[in-house]
Amino acid sequence: MFCSFCGGETASGDHERCRARLSLIDPPRYCAECARKMVVQVDPMGWTARCSRHGERTSAEAAQR
Amino acid sequence: MTTASTDTATGTTGERGDILAVAREQVLERGEGLSEAQVLEVLQLPAERLTEALALAHEVRMRWCGPDVEVEGIVSLKTGGCPEDCHFCSQSGLFDSPVRAAWLDKDRLVEAAKQTAKTGATEFCIVAAVRGPDEKLMEQIRVGVAAIRAEVDINVACSLGMLTQDQVDRLAAMGVHRYNHNLETARSHFPEVVTTHTWEERWETLQMVRAAGMEVCCGGIVGMGESLAQRAEFAVQLAELEPDEVPMNFLIPNPGTPFAHLDVPQGPDALLTIAAFRLAMPKTVLRFAGGRELTLGDLGAEQGMLGGINAIIVGNYLTNLGRPVEQDLEMLETLKMPIKALNDTL
Repeated sequence: MFCSFCGGETASGDHERCRARLSLIDPPRYCAECARKMVVQVDPMGWTARCSRHGERTSAEAAQR
Repeated sequence: MTTASTDTATGTTGERGDILAVAREQVLERGEGLSEAQVLEVLQLPAERLTEALALAHEVRMRWCGPDVEVEGIVSLKTGGCPEDCHFCSQSGLFDSPVRAAWLDKDRLVEAAKQTAKTGATEFCIVAAVRGPDEKLMEQIRVGVAAIRAEVDINVACSLGMLTQDQVDRLAAMGVHRYNHNLETARSHFPEVVTTHTWEERWETLQMVRAAGMEVCCGGIVGMGESLAQRAEFAVQLAELEPDEVPMNFLIPNPGTPFAHLDVPQGPDALLTIAAFRLAMPKTVLRFAGGRELTLGDLGAEQGMLGGINAIIVGNYLTNLGRPVEQDLEMLETLKMPIKALNDTL
């Protein structure tokens, strides 16, 4: 698995700062499954993030988890 | 340059008297903004005088602007791939940033405007990461603005970079209410922030916007390595422009940008800057924009609203996320600050 903020492997390195950014002000930028950069669109109330290999995630789905 | 000698322990100046006392008479009573030297004195006040500075800035805002808060939403029509090198921006195509290029289609643009209007916002700003608009973008703006104006009760603003006179005239004819183009920082610091165009080019666009009858929205970002003297310089340069609105952003050090290594501005520093900008521009709409979530947190946001701010961007920004809209609306209710109505903005 990969960090959605920096694209690094979650098993290695310190991602505390990444998690803080993702919880506050950043949508995911890297696919958690393959670390590809995603095409992200932010709108006033949410975001969508699309990986060319693994499809689209949305803020609404993320909020349900 | 100030000639007064400042007592660093109290922030008082021997020759002219205490700067906040001076500001009370000059700004609060007469509505005359502080000079560059005076703004610098405010920015140099010791930490224990922050509360006093914020209280005065709030009084000034209430006296000259009133209690209403102007609420706005913004959306990125064209994200990423920008040819400019603004060192703070994750949308530059010149940096190795994780932000990839994307376009918003018309349906999602109109939906974003509808969602924004539901919050009580009176302004909806369409933003594109470009040096200036090409014909394709101008056509998308024409179609998008017409669709929003037909379906949504909200003022439409645009932020599309540097404009030609023809483009200014066409945007005005489309009914664009306000145009945003930030000077970003002091003229003397601008070359450290952007090298692909000049501060003066931005200034020229703003003058054309004003002359065409659109409202001028122009602010910048605090915390990009500028000195306090340059921050004071910037406040006064903005005041000279006489913009209708000044959005105040606080640097978000984004990965891949040349400013990724800079620290997030500290809350007290940001709050004192808000107060100083209000004392420089007593009658201008001063808006909380990006970065307040990291720099100020929830408590700092309230302090800013009670320290000179009288407008706010709600919801998300262009590439970063904001606080939940409900949280900001609850804050305004708690502070007993009514949202400005649409018919008060025209």
